Amino acid sequence: MQDAAIAVNGLTKRFPGVSAVDGLSFAVRAGEIFGLVGPDGAGKTTTLRILAGILAPDAGTANIAGTDVIRLPERAKHALSYMPQRFGLYEDLTVEENIRFYSDLFGVKRAEREARGTELLRAAGMLEFRKRLAANLSGGMKQKLGLVCALIHRPKVILLDEPTTGVDPVSRRDFWRILYELLAEGVAILTSTAYLDEAERCHRVALLHQGRMLFCDTPANLKTRMRKNVVSVASTNPRLIRMHLERAQGISSLVMSGDGVHIVVDDAATRIPQFTAQLTAEGVAFESIVQVPPTIEDLFVDAVESKGAARG
Amino acid sequence: MWSRLKQMLMKEFIQVFRDKRTRFILIIPPIVQMLVFGYAATYEIRHVPMAVLDLDQSQESRDLISRFTSSPYFDVERQVTSSRQLDDLIEQGNATVAMEIHAGFAQKLRKGETAPVQVIVDATNSNTALIASAYITQIALGFARSYQQDWIGRVAPQITQVVPSVELEPRPWYNPNLSSRWFFVPGVIGSLTLVLVITLTAFAVVRERELGTLEQMMVTPIRPVEFILGKTLPFFLIGVFDVSLIAAVGSLWFQVPFRGSLGVLALGAVLFLLCMLGVGLLISTVSSNQQQAMVTAFFFIMPAVTFSGFGFPISTMPMWLQYLTYLSPLRYFLVVLRGTYLKGVGIDVLWPQMAAMGGFSILLLTVAILRFHKALD
Repeated sequence: MQDAAIAVNGLTKRFPGVSAVDGLSFAVRAGEIFGLVGPDGAGKTTTLRILAGILAPDAGTANIAGTDVIRLPERAKHALSYMPQRFGLYEDLTVEENIRFYSDLFGVKRAEREARGTELLRAAGMLEFRKRLAANLSGGMKQKLGLVCALIHRPKVILLDEPTTGVDPVSRRDFWRILYELLAEGVAILTSTAYLDEAERCHRVALLHQGRMLFCDTPANLKTRMRKNVVSVASTNPRLIRMHLERAQGISSLVMSGDGVHIVVDDAATRIPQFTAQLTAEGVAFESIVQVPPTIEDLFVDAVESKGAARG
Repeated sequence: MWSRLKQMLMKEFIQVFRDKRTRFILIIPPIVQMLVFGYAATYEIRHVPMAVLDLDQSQESRDLISRFTSSPYFDVERQVTSSRQLDDLIEQGNATVAMEIHAGFAQKLRKGETAPVQVIVDATNSNTALIASAYITQIALGFARSYQQDWIGRVAPQITQVVPSVELEPRPWYNPNLSSRWFFVPGVIGSLTLVLVITLTAFAVVRERELGTLEQMMVTPIRPVEFILGKTLPFFLIGVFDVSLIAAVGSLWFQVPFRGSLGVLALGAVLFLLCMLGVGLLISTVSSNQQQAMVTAFFFIMPAVTFSGFGFPISTMPMWLQYLTYLSPLRYFLVVLRGTYLKGVGIDVLWPQMAAMGGFSILLLTVAILRFHKALD
């Protein structure tokens, strides 16, 4: 734990009537990207705010780059960067002025700022917008500018709170490319995300539910924990497929996607022939029916449901 | 520390001057309000509409009426024929003063008796009514005195020269023409600065909270003291600028004399501005958005101005309210303003006001900074 870039132990934060974070422990290595996944109210933002040194926990310890962020937040702040869901940009300042402002707050030297700023803006595909007012940027651009401002002082630890919520796909791609480049520099990244496909880009993810950790592992390992199978039915009319299979036996959940239906079943080997037979008998056309590897989302839904069932 | 503070200041000034609305707010409303106050805020009365019912129709009654007609204070707009009409005119607000001269007015005077004249004053605005009544009394007494003199001259010419009387010679110091503009203009400097600095400071901090930039800044190594200085210093400088601007309008446009020392006025302005920055910061710590800040500021500004002696003299307030007025920093600044402008007094007279504002600024800023620290958690 000593050499971990982020080390969290027994972190607890209660708000009146609710435990936002409940005995959370994990560690993130340098060069690792770690995802916090969970529904709203799972405690992701609270955890990140504690680690950023702007919220005091009720119990537990948190170290950022070897500094106790709870006791010495001022020292830890030099090594970390926190990006909330909406980065606090000054909309009446230009792109360049925002970068300059944040870099000066961190005491970044002028030459360093120029070099680093240009490099980051290029990576974000925003070099030509330097003189533009932040107010006149698109949502994705604003968030990328936030990332540039957050990275200008070369932090060792980056805390991101649902950084790509509401960001267009192109900007999201830029965003992740920048993050992966940082990993190569030995930066540790802790990100929370509502997009489960994004969680699969993390080295490890922790599934949070009501302030507690359900699982923590690599996305691939997590998927092997899935006791159920996932079947994908490809069709040009997913709605019709759903109508016919909704009440079939062995289904625990059924989600429509753009090009078909995603079904979580108890056992794929018995259910695929069963569904095929049913759809054929009822005269419903479909392109294919195959077993697919579960996604984090499937896993999460399954984990929360079985927990709920166990409690109920 | 210096580079972070410098950056805060630069950012703040860019924001203030890039925004057309803020730029406008800093310059135009203070001047406009100064002009409006300079012209509109006055206790003097002129051209008060007056209605007259003359049931006597004598030489004497016409003489009395003509004294009102020729006075600059009253416009005798209507001569009516029944007392019913008088009541109506007052009720409709077409006349503020109504005078009824009863039949037999001249007869009584000629006999050497006291002749009553009824005067009705619309006292809805008690201030106007009070002053108008005083003028009416003055005019009536003037008429009575000259009538007495004439009468004595006719009845006993030999004693005209020896009637004893007292002659008052009032000397209104500091404001010899009793111009209420001279009284109001220095006060406007104080009250306008109060409103401007409090709202600008409170809004600037609350806006950062609303936009999330405050939280963003708190994860940088910036220290709260740097943030607070960065947030208040610009508005201090803007306050100094606006005080100078409004004062310039007062001196150049309204020709209000400045008889004291600029240094004393500047010291008073600095101490007063510090108080206002403290109030602005305090408001920002209890408001989470601009609407709340607006309402909170309003609740401070109204009593602060009312209790300052800006419009209503403190000495006429009930005693317990008079004690409350000591809580309004504007009260002290107004004394400094009027003292330096009109009386030309120096620090030897104004030091208690300076000390009070100094004390208040330390108190307000300390509480604001402590609360601000807490509000960040």
